[in-house]
Amino acid sequence: MTSATIFGLCAAALVGVGLFGLITQPDHLRKIVAFNLLGGGIFLLFGVVARRGAAAGFDGDPVPQAMVITGLVVAFSATGLAIALTLRLRQLSAPPSVTSNDGADP
Amino acid sequence: MTAALAFDIALALLVLVVAVWSTVTRNLFDAVVGFIAYGILLGLVWVRLLSVDVALTEVAIGSGLTGAMLLRAVSRTRGANPSPDASDALARSVAAVLCLLLSAGLAAVVLLLPDPAPTLAPVAAAHLPSTGVGNPVTAVLMTYRAFDTFLEKVVLVLALFGVWALASNDAWGEAPEIPQAPDPDGVLKFLAQILVPVGIVFSLYTLWAGADHPGGAFQGGAVLAAMWILLMLAGFAKPPRVTDAGLRFSLIVGAALFLVVGLAGLAFGQAFLAFPPAYAKALIIVIEVAMIVSVAAALTLIVAGPPVRGGSR
Repeated sequence: MTSATIFGLCAAALVGVGLFGLITQPDHLRKIVAFNLLGGGIFLLFGVVARRGAAAGFDGDPVPQAMVITGLVVAFSATGLAIALTLRLRQLSAPPSVTSNDGADP
Repeated sequence: MTAALAFDIALALLVLVVAVWSTVTRNLFDAVVGFIAYGILLGLVWVRLLSVDVALTEVAIGSGLTGAMLLRAVSRTRGANPSPDASDALARSVAAVLCLLLSAGLAAVVLLLPDPAPTLAPVAAAHLPSTGVGNPVTAVLMTYRAFDTFLEKVVLVLALFGVWALASNDAWGEAPEIPQAPDPDGVLKFLAQILVPVGIVFSLYTLWAGADHPGGAFQGGAVLAAMWILLMLAGFAKPPRVTDAGLRFSLIVGAALFLVVGLAGLAFGQAFLAFPPAYAKALIIVIEVAMIVSVAAALTLIVAGPPVRGGSR
């Protein structure tokens, strides 16, 4: 039982937890949080594979590590867009208030 | 059972507990705070997996900047938080069972991974001297898979386009809104005055050191973005208008320079994005300097959100 295996099992559990949150949470922002939990678990699986690929004097296979770095940035971009969409949706579907002076034109 | 293994088990359990708590708690703010803690703990896990570059990126971007965006969203949606529908217990049970099966399947895959683990490390090591850098992850990002990194710049800008497109028509041309610290002489301003210069030096150091040690343009760019956001929060800088030419130039300079260098590689008879070994280090540094500017600008603006009417008072 190496440390890579322990974190691999942790990653498998995180994927399950994140997916459960993504499916069952009704609130959009909580779905986004669960999506990021899920993403963290998937990236961790990549990290376990990278750690097990240690060879040639490196501590880990650099290719999965680079993929995870790229994936983190892309996940951040997707999260940013999703949050902006959620806020805009809330803004557009909010019941109009009497004293609101937001532009009615979306 | 060595001490390191015990630490790993404890860390893995802690990460799991925080993730479960973030999922089941009823309060949205608690869930976001739990997510930020989860991200920082995940950074520790990455260090235990000896992937320090990824640990830096996870904490800075995955936990820090994503957490900042989520906290802003939570503060915007205060009072409009529907609680989970408790009557739909059957759907929740089915989802729980299916997620459990998925986790069990992934756990089986982890336990059955092939034992001479397949790896590209020898291939990466064999060509490392010709890339001009000593950090193999930087070599993969900037040389072997430079095309992916170039496209990633474009993805950041595209996501920003999407965020900006969600502005209302009458808010176009204005600036995004960053909530300012209410107390003009408060702790936040002091923190910004002390921390921002240190942060800028640290981010530039991370960029430079990324050639041979853990670090790089993404990590440095994320710290720069955090410093800019801190400046805006403390009131020392105003969010820029989206039509600002300097801002737009700084957003595209990373991808544009990458493209120019790539086409130059093609023009000098080699291949797209081929760096001649004699100039490889210099070209990578040039690209990374442009990248850190673009990455910092794009990350900050994605966190800042779409422009709002009256945002550029």
